[in-house]
Amino acid sequence: MAFYDWLLALHVLAAASLVAALTLFTVMILSSRHTDVPSRVARFWGLGRFGTVIVSVGTLGTLILGIWLAIDSDAYQVWDGWIIAAIVLWVIAAGAGQRSGVPFAKAGERARELVAAGNDAPDAELGALMGDSRAFLLHWVTVTATLAILVLMIYKPGA
Amino acid sequence: MLAAIRPDSWNFPLLLHVLGALLLVGSLTTAVAFQFVAWRSDRLSFGRLAFRTLLFVSFPAWWLMRIGAEWIYSKEGWDNVSQEPDWLGIGYITADAGGLLILIAIILAGLNVRSLRKREGGGGGGLGKAATVVATLALLAYIVAVWAMAGKPG
Repeated sequence: MAFYDWLLALHVLAAASLVAALTLFTVMILSSRHTDVPSRVARFWGLGRFGTVIVSVGTLGTLILGIWLAIDSDAYQVWDGWIIAAIVLWVIAAGAGQRSGVPFAKAGERARELVAAGNDAPDAELGALMGDSRAFLLHWVTVTATLAILVLMIYKPGA
Repeated sequence: MLAAIRPDSWNFPLLLHVLGALLLVGSLTTAVAFQFVAWRSDRLSFGRLAFRTLLFVSFPAWWLMRIGAEWIYSKEGWDNVSQEPDWLGIGYITADAGGLLILIAIILAGLNVRSLRKREGGGGGGLGKAATVVATLALLAYIVAVWAMAGKPG
C-alpha cells in the first residue's frame, strides 16, 4: 500500500470511530432521556467516558488526516469548495457535540455523587439534566452535520 | 476523501455502502459496549439495549452495506473481471462471514434477554457473554474490512 492509501485507510477508520461514538451517544440519549434514577444514570455515563475517547479519536483523526490527504493529493486542494464546506461542517459538528455533552456530563457527576452518598431515589434535578431539550437538539445538529460531511466526501461537488 | 473522482452515477450506491458500513461498525461498537456493562451489572436492561441495538441498527445497517456493495460492484464492472483484487476478496469474506456472526449474536442476545427476564435479572448470563464474544469478532472483522476497502491493498 502506498502512503496515500494508508492515509486514506486511517482517515476512513477515524470516520468509523466518529460514527461509532455518535451511534453510542444517540442510543444512550434516546434510552436514558428523562431518567432520574442515580444508579442508572451513573452506569450510562460511565460509558460516556468511552464515548468521549472514541469521539476525540474520530473528530481529530478525520480532520488532521483529511487535510493531510488534500495536501498529499494532486487531485484536490485544501481550498477546494467541498473541502472548505466539510471543514465548516466539521466545526459545527464538533461545537454542537461538545455543547450537547455538557448537561449529560453534569448529570453523570451528580448521579455518581448521589450513588456515593447512598441515595438512589429519583432526583428531579437529574431528570431535568437528562431531559435537556437544547442538548438533545444540539446532538441532532451534530448527527446531521456529520451526515452532510459524508455526503460531501462521496459526491465531492465541484471536484 | 473517500475515493478518487468517479462517474456521478456511482456516488449514490457508494454512499449507501459507506453509510451502511459506518453504521454497522458504530452499532456493533455500541452493542459490544452495552454487553460489557451488562457483563458486570444491570444485566437485563443493558443486555436488552445491546440486543435492540443489534436487531434494530446493526441488522438493517448490514443490509444497507451489502446492497450498496453489490450495486457499486456491478456499476464498477467487477463482474466482468476474471481475477478480483485482494481488497475486494477481503470485503466479500468479511461482509458475509460478519453477517452470519451478527445473526448469531442477535439470537444469543435475544435468548439472553428472555432468560434474564424469566429469572428477573438473575442467572449466569452465559448467553450474554457468548453474544459479546461473537459481536466483538464481527466488529474486529469489519474494522479489517473498512481498512481493506479504503486502503485497497493488492
